[in-house]
Amino acid sequence: MENMFSLFITAALVNNIVLVQFLGICPFLGVSSRISTALGMGAAVMFVMTLASIVTFLIQNLILVPLQITFLQTVAFILVIAGLVQMVELIIKKVSPVLYQALGVFLPLITTNCAILGVALLVVRNNYSLGEGVVFAVASSVGFTLALFIFAGIRERLEFANLPKAMKGAPISLVTAGLLALAFMGFQGIG
Amino acid sequence: MSLAKTFTKGFIRENPVFVLLLGMCPTLGVTNSAVNGLAMGLATTSVLLGSNMVIAAIKNLIPDKVRIPAYILVIASFVTIIDLMMSAQLPSLHEQLGLFIPLIVVNCIILGRAEAFASKHGVFESLLDGLGMGLGFAMALTMLGSVREILGNGSLFGFSFVGENATTMLLFIMPPGAFIALGLIIASVNAVKARSARPAAQE
Repeated sequence: MENMFSLFITAALVNNIVLVQFLGICPFLGVSSRISTALGMGAAVMFVMTLASIVTFLIQNLILVPLQITFLQTVAFILVIAGLVQMVELIIKKVSPVLYQALGVFLPLITTNCAILGVALLVVRNNYSLGEGVVFAVASSVGFTLALFIFAGIRERLEFANLPKAMKGAPISLVTAGLLALAFMGFQGIG
Repeated sequence: MSLAKTFTKGFIRENPVFVLLLGMCPTLGVTNSAVNGLAMGLATTSVLLGSNMVIAAIKNLIPDKVRIPAYILVIASFVTIIDLMMSAQLPSLHEQLGLFIPLIVVNCIILGRAEAFASKHGVFESLLDGLGMGLGFAMALTMLGSVREILGNGSLFGFSFVGENATTMLLFIMPPGAFIALGLIIASVNAVKARSARPAAQE
């Protein structure tokens, strides 16, 4: 239990997936201009990331390893994730139109979110058990959502700042993200 | 568009990193030294070159509805080839780049070029486009890697040019430095572009 807790803290804060490991930067910079969209994206990522980690874990240990075709890992994982995202989209659309309204627009974007594939690969590389893998995936997505949420909050304020022309848009976002990452370095050593 | 333009547009005018802001994850993740940036850039270039050519060659055989999964499959195959080759030939570099090698699959530049260029043009043009875009990406990564290595470690491509006791700005080889350095480089690119555009506007 204690192990699981430290795994959670490490994955969510110390090794924050966006600010320390640089996975999922595209959605981090792309959909972080409003707090509400940031939270929507975070929820969608949490859902897909957990599911994808479980499915890829099973594929790795039940199919790739017994057949000794682990070199097909990249190909198998990305196809499974792409298929999974499509399936989740169809199911949510049918089962809960309300949830689809909230998450729908983000789902297609998630296939190319490298955080999903990255976490799936990390679970396998670090030799986690299924339980640890699930905790790791949930914690990573919590970290992702947290980073996105804070960043969106800063960017909403930043809109009113008077900036030099050359710094507008991407440059100031990147520098802001850098300062945020600096703050997250304060967690180093915990966990 | 002329062939020369197809080749060179990726260098500056449509540079994937500085102008289009694509492929940010490897850009920020592996550029803590110039060598890593260059290696990642070249690995991505090889994948882009291969996938662009194959997709241009088989584009008429792929049904329109399943084209994206088909493209991803082609890209993933090339990534696997590069991954295996690097782990056999350059094990230490492979170790350093780690997770970012398999993650070339989800680099938006590659799928973006497949969809925007290779699916509409011939094999030779796609080859030029892939090579140009890939080298533009490699150039950007090497540049960012150099800036970070010079500021953070006082060296370039591993050759140190400050004394042993010199204090360097360690921040720049740590994760926050990646964001800050890239932000400042893009700002400079914007400033240079604005300056060169101004005389034209006054005429």
